[in-house]
Amino acid sequence: MDELVVDREILVCCGPGGVGKTTVAAALAVEGARRGRRTVVVTIDPAKRLADALGLEDLTDSPRRIEGDWPGELWALMLDPRSTFDGLVVKYAADPDQAETILANRFYRNIAGALSGTQEYMAMEKLFELHSDERFDLVVVDTPPTRNALDFVDAPRRLTRLLDNRLFRLLMLPARTGLRAVNFATQAFLRTIGKVVGSEVVSDAVTFFQAFEGMEDGFRQRAQAVLELLADPGTAFVLVTSPRRDAARETEFFAEKLGEAGIDVDALVVNRMHPRFPPVGPAPASGLLVPLYRNVSELSRLADGEEAHVAALSARVGAAAVCVPELETDVHDLPGLARVAAYVFGRS
Amino acid sequence: MDPRTFCAQSRLVVVAGKGGVGKTTVTAAMARMAAGLGLSVLIVEVEGKTGLAAAFGAEDLEYDERELAPGIRARSLTPDVALVEYLEEHGLRRISRRLVKSGLVEVLSTAAPGIKDILILGKVKQLERAGVADLILLDAPAAGHAVSFLMSPRGLREIVRAGPLQGQAEDVLSMLTDPTRSRVMLVTLAEETPVNEVVETAFALEDKVGVDLGPVVVNGLYPLLEGLDGDLSAAGADATTLAAAAEFRARRQELQQAQVARLADELPLPQLHLPSLFTVDLAPSDIDELARALSAAIGALPEVA
Repeated sequence: MDELVVDREILVCCGPGGVGKTTVAAALAVEGARRGRRTVVVTIDPAKRLADALGLEDLTDSPRRIEGDWPGELWALMLDPRSTFDGLVVKYAADPDQAETILANRFYRNIAGALSGTQEYMAMEKLFELHSDERFDLVVVDTPPTRNALDFVDAPRRLTRLLDNRLFRLLMLPARTGLRAVNFATQAFLRTIGKVVGSEVVSDAVTFFQAFEGMEDGFRQRAQAVLELLADPGTAFVLVTSPRRDAARETEFFAEKLGEAGIDVDALVVNRMHPRFPPVGPAPASGLLVPLYRNVSELSRLADGEEAHVAALSARVGAAAVCVPELETDVHDLPGLARVAAYVFGRS
Repeated sequence: MDPRTFCAQSRLVVVAGKGGVGKTTVTAAMARMAAGLGLSVLIVEVEGKTGLAAAFGAEDLEYDERELAPGIRARSLTPDVALVEYLEEHGLRRISRRLVKSGLVEVLSTAAPGIKDILILGKVKQLERAGVADLILLDAPAAGHAVSFLMSPRGLREIVRAGPLQGQAEDVLSMLTDPTRSRVMLVTLAEETPVNEVVETAFALEDKVGVDLGPVVVNGLYPLLEGLDGDLSAAGADATTLAAAAEFRARRQELQQAQVARLADELPLPQLHLPSLFTVDLAPSDIDELARALSAAIGALPEVA
């Protein structure tokens, strides 16, 4: 863990939803600042009080500095997929008119909210942008709670795949060659789709793809650059999980998918572990001590299950597990984050 | 309330909650309880690999339904297959596969968010209408998603103003807003963030979708253990550990009870409490135990007039 916050340039915190990923990402960033790095953390959906602690009370997509007693710097921002995407469109549009047409299109407006993987894509895009920003030397990114790790590893490629899709080529054809060139088969095809889903939906899509004409290359190159950055040795993946039943199962699935995508997990953080109490003698058969022994035995059974799960997961991803105990309250301030960091970095 | 009456309130029960709260566990327990009452149960999973099948010691689910245990069948619905089926039923058999293979679902769901969801909900509605089981349990997507998932028919109605898909949205909406046909059962943990989220989700579902909310399931509660403050003088060398563990348990119980009380304050819905079983992996016998606990909790609910 020390090596990661000291030497790497990008830390990607991934894992299933509900395991405290945002908290771990923020704690890693606090640690980065403590170690003298100019750190920025991108959070996805922090609980309100944590957002307040990070100075993100009003949704903002540009980094805000958080003051603290550390030699480095700590900056935080909350991802806004819509404005990040808008920024990309403006950047790659040939002229302001093209950008405006796209930004106003209903199909486009739905993309930020609906195209699966858009939030993940924009998280990766933001990461790229911040990594190139001279103000920062460590970027920590929290990822959206995705069940399938591939959704986010694959996210940058998804839009370009959408643009490469044969159907889209077909839809874009009228822009290239004039409507008359669209053959009867295609028109019939579009009409059929229109009959099923409503013709406005189809015409919105056609308009969008026509407006997008010429921008695919820019998007494609950018997606490629983002993918290369993810594969760069300066980038580390931190898998965050908790030993809870559903989360445990989802993390295994997640780790399996990361493996399929050829991504190595550099660190494993297991949040919310229950305590392990030292072994006790055999319980008496009766008397006042029975419930007390029963309590230890129940908690030990839970600890056994959790430790076995952690060991299996650690072996699977090939990284040692760093455990954070279940805290009494949720973390919603800087001292709380420092406490989590103390566990992650073995000072507690 | 008699668990039989509880199960008969609506054929469809949507089980929803934030990731990691044990939604799938609750679905399995509810299925087991209903099957134990002699009802036929169909579990519908929409996200794939939820571990539901594993809880019954079975292989991962597929689109075609399969028996997981006596009286309990299950299937996994995906928008792609649901679309093929839908098109085939609407006289478009010849082009259905080509449409799906072309990536149409992705385009359409971008053009009109919620199309994927409506395809799945449309299929669920068809199963509900056909009465394929006495009880259909839908293991819904995680919390934030559950709201947009169940809101999809309303959203879609505004985008698609004509055609069969619009009809589909109307039909799904009438099912979701009819308490004799469907209700939503929310699952949470007795912790700060899960309680906040379940309260938020409950109000959003009621206001924006108009669904009927069943009781909230509070999962993973430490079973109350009497006598944790007992005299330790006879415990010898174990005294320190016993005391530390007892203190931990008492403190956690206290924190959980505080969250349960807060939930009751903020959300005027009856609660069903399920115990922690102190395990990470669920064995079929654990599901039985939770089914009994669920049945007892339902039994303690007042009869509805």
